[in-house]
Amino acid sequence: MSSESTPALLKGAAGVESTESGGPAPAGPSARSPRSRSTAAYARYAAGKLAGAAVSLFAVLVTSFFLFRLIPGDPVKQMTGGRQVSTEQIAAMRREFGLDLPLWEQFTQYCGKALTGDFGTSYQFRAPVVDKIAEALPATLLLTGTAFVIYTLLGIWLGARSAWRNGSAGDRANTAFALTLYSVPSFWLGLLLIITLSVGIGPIPGLFPTGGMESGDTEGFDRVLDIAHHMVLPVVTLVAVEYARTLLVMRSSLLDEMGSDYLTTARAKGLRDDLVRRKHAVPNAMLPTVTLLFVNLGTTVAGAILVETVFSWPGLGGLFYQALSVPDLPLVQALFFVFAAAVILMNTLADVIYPLLDPRVGR
Amino acid sequence: MTTSMQKPEPLEPDARKPSGQPEKVVPVQSPRALTRARRRQAVARFWRQYRTHRAGLVGLAVLAVIALLALTAPLLVGADSQSVTSAPGGPMEAPSGEFPLGTDQFGRSLLALMLWGTRVSLTVGLLAAFLSVAIGTLIGITAGHFKGWYATVVMRITDWFLVMPTLVLAIALATVLSRSVWTTILAIGVTTWPTTARLVRAQTLSVESRPYIERSRALGGGHRHIMSRHVLPNVMPLVLAQTTLVISTAILTEATLAFLGLSDPTIVSWGGLLQDAREAGAVSSGNWWYLAPPGLAIAVVALAFTLCGRAIESVLNPKLGVSR
Repeated sequence: MSSESTPALLKGAAGVESTESGGPAPAGPSARSPRSRSTAAYARYAAGKLAGAAVSLFAVLVTSFFLFRLIPGDPVKQMTGGRQVSTEQIAAMRREFGLDLPLWEQFTQYCGKALTGDFGTSYQFRAPVVDKIAEALPATLLLTGTAFVIYTLLGIWLGARSAWRNGSAGDRANTAFALTLYSVPSFWLGLLLIITLSVGIGPIPGLFPTGGMESGDTEGFDRVLDIAHHMVLPVVTLVAVEYARTLLVMRSSLLDEMGSDYLTTARAKGLRDDLVRRKHAVPNAMLPTVTLLFVNLGTTVAGAILVETVFSWPGLGGLFYQALSVPDLPLVQALFFVFAAAVILMNTLADVIYPLLDPRVGR
Repeated sequence: MTTSMQKPEPLEPDARKPSGQPEKVVPVQSPRALTRARRRQAVARFWRQYRTHRAGLVGLAVLAVIALLALTAPLLVGADSQSVTSAPGGPMEAPSGEFPLGTDQFGRSLLALMLWGTRVSLTVGLLAAFLSVAIGTLIGITAGHFKGWYATVVMRITDWFLVMPTLVLAIALATVLSRSVWTTILAIGVTTWPTTARLVRAQTLSVESRPYIERSRALGGGHRHIMSRHVLPNVMPLVLAQTTLVISTAILTEATLAFLGLSDPTIVSWGGLLQDAREAGAVSSGNWWYLAPPGLAIAVVALAFTLCGRAIESVLNPKLGVSR
């Protein structure tokens, strides 16, 4: 479904690009105004969005610093774990982690270092926070990326079908099923899947591993298969709870297109109903959905916290949960920043790309 | 959700007068009585349209049953059913005649715990949603009414809250503050208001551009009068739809926080039961009957609120095309 709609999307983008690169101006909305003016307007628009994102990122940085200072409990006490420590040792540890400085100085140091990508040293792992995050990042990207691709395709496909047969039994069943899964807590669904398909009840044998990312005794292609085997249940859980949103947006934006004249024209040309949907209606209805896709991409990373916790997936979500229980301030701060930054960057990307796809917007 | 970002048509009584209502029946009435009669008509019209949405009616019926169960829980099961020390059954018993849903690791009846949990989940969900919607409405109306630097600053803050990952922020707040039901309510309320604020602001802007607001201002209506007498009644239907949708989010978030062990551990809630089940090893021992009911209850209540919310939304804005 989406592979068929990409050409249309790319066409829109290519048209705008050719205006910017100075080629012959194509007929269309952008051809009316002088080329340079439209490019400059877009550049101003994009710069504005990027500046807004920078401000938001800085605000997140500030929040991440001050919010977690409020956690009750002394991190040094937590680190020593109730062992007998002399006051000198405690003072040394405070110096090591910069906790002896006044809050304001800690903050300026934190910001300065964060700009260079240094988020300090984790209290519990005694390793640079950046390294811990870099270790966990691939696992999260693999899990959320796979789930994202699947639920996007599924949502768009089912949403388009649902809207095309609006009000039919199939549409109603489709929407009801999606809404039901949308209301299900992801961690509960994950636990149920583990019980039925990993642990096994009654005659059902344990088909899938209960957690983790790999067994660790395989190499090469077998390792790929092993990871895929471990990934099935977490991905199914994420897809199940997430695809409803895409479906509903796709459905309502296609419904908006349904009465359009150009569809009547397409039918009058004698096109098959199926072709009218795929070549004419869906590409236009995709536009609002594209924005949602970026937003989804950003939030799924944070949304995977629970699924990762339930399936002991070695990703960012599990790390966040682990860090919160200590509390491992540098790690929590950095992860909070990463989660928020993912959403901010994806939203900004959507804002910047959207006018390229739809020349009617934001010019 | 983007579907809810569209501006619904305001339920404005004087815009479309019901043709069937004879107007001359109403003799000379005070303005207040007139307003009241018009509101009553609007509500009746709303209900007539809502009734045609089957999913919305199902949601409403389910909610009525659950609310009844929550209210009568103390009559159905005694308060001592929550006590760990005087538990009637053995630990982790499978469902039986005496314990229809089995028992937990302390031997307490799971059915009784589920009933008690209803109260917590509903209370937290409702209060958190009201807090969230109240903040959102207040900020939305004032930002739409007072333009200029106030609106700019407030909407920047809103935008900034909007991009914060809600769950992460709620987890962070629940970690930072002490463990109690109020913390959970606060954490959910403080993190979910921006969507409402944006919706209400858009609606406020569209209401305030109408001539009758200008008329009211010319007659000497102050800021408070315009906001409370003219704008608020017009955004209320929208706020109602938004509230039902936020409640289902709030109930899910409450369960999530409880499951992560971030709410008051002494209070029995559905999310807390799931956490207990996981810690008691219900997963590895395959005790699905311990895990299934709490999650199912969460899903049913969240779904019921979502169905009601979507039905209300589609009554307000028939263009949305929600299936009936």
